[in-house]
This record gives sequence, C-alpha cells and structure tokens, in this order.
Amino acid sequence: MMEEGVKKFLYVNRKAPYGTIYALEALEVVLIGAAFDQDVSLAFLDDGVFQLTRDQNTDGVGVKNFSPTFRALGDYDVNKLYVERESLEERGLTADDLQEIVYEDEDDDWAEKPSIRIISRAEMADLMHDQDVILSF
Amino acid sequence: MSYEVNGQTVEHDEEGYITNLSDWSEDLAKVIAEQEGIEMTDEHWAVVNFLRDYYEEYQIAPAVRVLIKAIKKQMGPEIGNNKHMYELFPYGPAKQACKIAGLPKPTGCV
Repeated sequence: MMEEGVKKFLYVNRKAPYGTIYALEALEVVLIGAAFDQDVSLAFLDDGVFQLTRDQNTDGVGVKNFSPTFRALGDYDVNKLYVERESLEERGLTADDLQEIVYEDEDDDWAEKPSIRIISRAEMADLMHDQDVILSF
Repeated sequence: MSYEVNGQTVEHDEEGYITNLSDWSEDLAKVIAEQEGIEMTDEHWAVVNFLRDYYEEYQIAPAVRVLIKAIKKQMGPEIGNNKHMYELFPYGPAKQACKIAGLPKPTGCV
C-alpha cells in the first residue's frame, strides 16, 4: 500500500513522560503529523519506556496526565509502537507494566489488534536503519 | 473576555474557547452556539457529546477527520460525512463544535 511520496517516519522517545516537555511535545507532533498520511512508527527506549506505563497519576506533580492520549493513536492510523526490551529490563519493567493500546484493523473487519510491539535492541537498530526520517525527542 | 450564563460569568480566550473546562454546562453551550450563529439540534448535541466523551477518555479533542470517521461509525454515513458536518458547523466541525463543547482547540488546529 506504499504510495508515491509516502516516507517512513520514526519518532524516537527517550525521555520520561514528566519533568521535561519532550514526551508531550513528541506526542503532539505525531498527532499533527498524522494528517500527512505518512508511514509512522514510534520507538520507546531508555526512560522513554516510562511514557507507556499503566495507571499513571500526576496529581503529585501538578501537570496533566496525557498517557490516555496514546490510546487515541489508533484513530490517527498510528499503530506501530515499538518498545525496546532491554530498556524495560534495565528499569525493572515488563510488558505487563505497560498500558494496553490497540487499533482497529480496517483490512480485517475492524478487529482490535495490539499497537505495542516489544523488540530487542538489535531489532531497534534495524528498525532505525529502515527509516527515511527519524525525529528524536 | 467572558460569557454570561444564568447570571454567572465564564472566562474565555480571544477566540471564544473557555478558560476553565469545568465551567461548561449545556446552558453555556447554548450561549456559545448562539454567538456562533448556530441553533442547536439533536445532531449538534450528538457531535458535542461525542467530543466531550472523547476528551474525557483520551484527554484530547480529535482531529476533524477522526471526528467524522467516528461519527460515521456511530451515527451512520448520512450524518458522518464531510458535507453534512460542515453544514452543522460551518466554521469547521472540530474547531466550532469543540468551542461549544467547552474543550480546547483541537491539537494541530490553527
């Protein structure tokens, strides 16, 4: 389904969700950029894996909890969220610590499918190698 | 800048989006709609309520194409299409309906 002019975009998320504005800004860029119908993937590595953890509560830090917005990405045809296994392990996290994010597959009778894919550091390197454009946050 | 509704003052920004999202009420929606030149019908309310539910669940106002796709799924293609949605909200379904729904301007909307 690759059309003329469609490029592979990878948004790399390396920072924790709160404390800096990077994570929220990256998500907003993804949502805005989705209007351009490109082939979009998101990567989560280093402290970026914390962005997808479940049951976030920001009451103590006084900022908006934007983690539910990741679950809207499927509506924007953004359904490839790659999470680096080693980054999870180094932080004592597993796939069970991440929130469930699904998209509806238009080509498969709108079946709900998981958007999060856990890959190794080596696979992450290959993924980056495959891209036309990489934006790092 | 502010709206007056039932003797109460509700602050809004220079474009008419309310400052404090919890100030919203159906009566306020009617006041905003009137200023926008819109008479609220059941279809208008359905869109406004959809937007409020979407914001509640995802913490964002959806982009216009996401909105129209969802309305199509929920209410059928007679309502959920570009032309009809612009008839309901002539200045842009996402932009104008969000204002009436008491939500911030959709992300990426200029």
